[in-house]
Amino acid sequence: MSIDSVFVHKMWDDNELSKMVDGGVPFPMLSDAGGKVGKVYGVYDEDAGVETRGRFIIDPDGIVQGYEVLTPPVGRNINETFRQVQAFQLVRESKGTQATPSGWKPGKMTLKPGPDLVGKVWKEWKTSMAFD
Amino acid sequence: MAEEIKAGCARPTGGVVGETEAEQTDETKIEKKESMGMIQVGKKAPNFTAPGYQKGKFINMELSEHLGKWVILCFYPGDFTFV
Repeated sequence: MSIDSVFVHKMWDDNELSKMVDGGVPFPMLSDAGGKVGKVYGVYDEDAGVETRGRFIIDPDGIVQGYEVLTPPVGRNINETFRQVQAFQLVRESKGTQATPSGWKPGKMTLKPGPDLVGKVWKEWKTSMAFD
Repeated sequence: MAEEIKAGCARPTGGVVGETEAEQTDETKIEKKESMGMIQVGKKAPNFTAPGYQKGKFINMELSEHLGKWVILCFYPGDFTFV
């Protein structure tokens, strides 16, 4: 979503993005004239009249589970976004019985919060696991 | 799902759902400006409608159409910017 019109979105997809992605962008490219939606999400830069690089993960109940906002010159890390979605999906599927510690990615151990884990995380999780 | 729209000469616009005409007065505009802040995790994502372009078609979609699915909503500074 950006402040550009749907006509400009089409031109960008036709002339540039379709040369990067086969068949063009598959998802909706949304138009937010005047930044009305961006303002509510806190990503509209009034001075520049554009939206900053905001990314929101919204769950199936419509709840915001996470967000990240960057200034324009630095691009996002898509793998990190997918990792976060996978973590939130795991937590949701476990109905909150599991939590994903720092550095978690699919296949790595999760924590089962409860009375038995209090003060015992050091036995289950090592700081090196945050980095591998 | 998202309905297709005809491309007219007017530039289509969307907006936040639940925003009524009464809220558009100067008084409440200021009030809204003051209350504008970052949204909170664990809270409802504000619903909105927005025109869009998808695979050769102009559409009109509402965020709430996607309830039941995971949504990644991305904002960016503009088409043809470099990053």
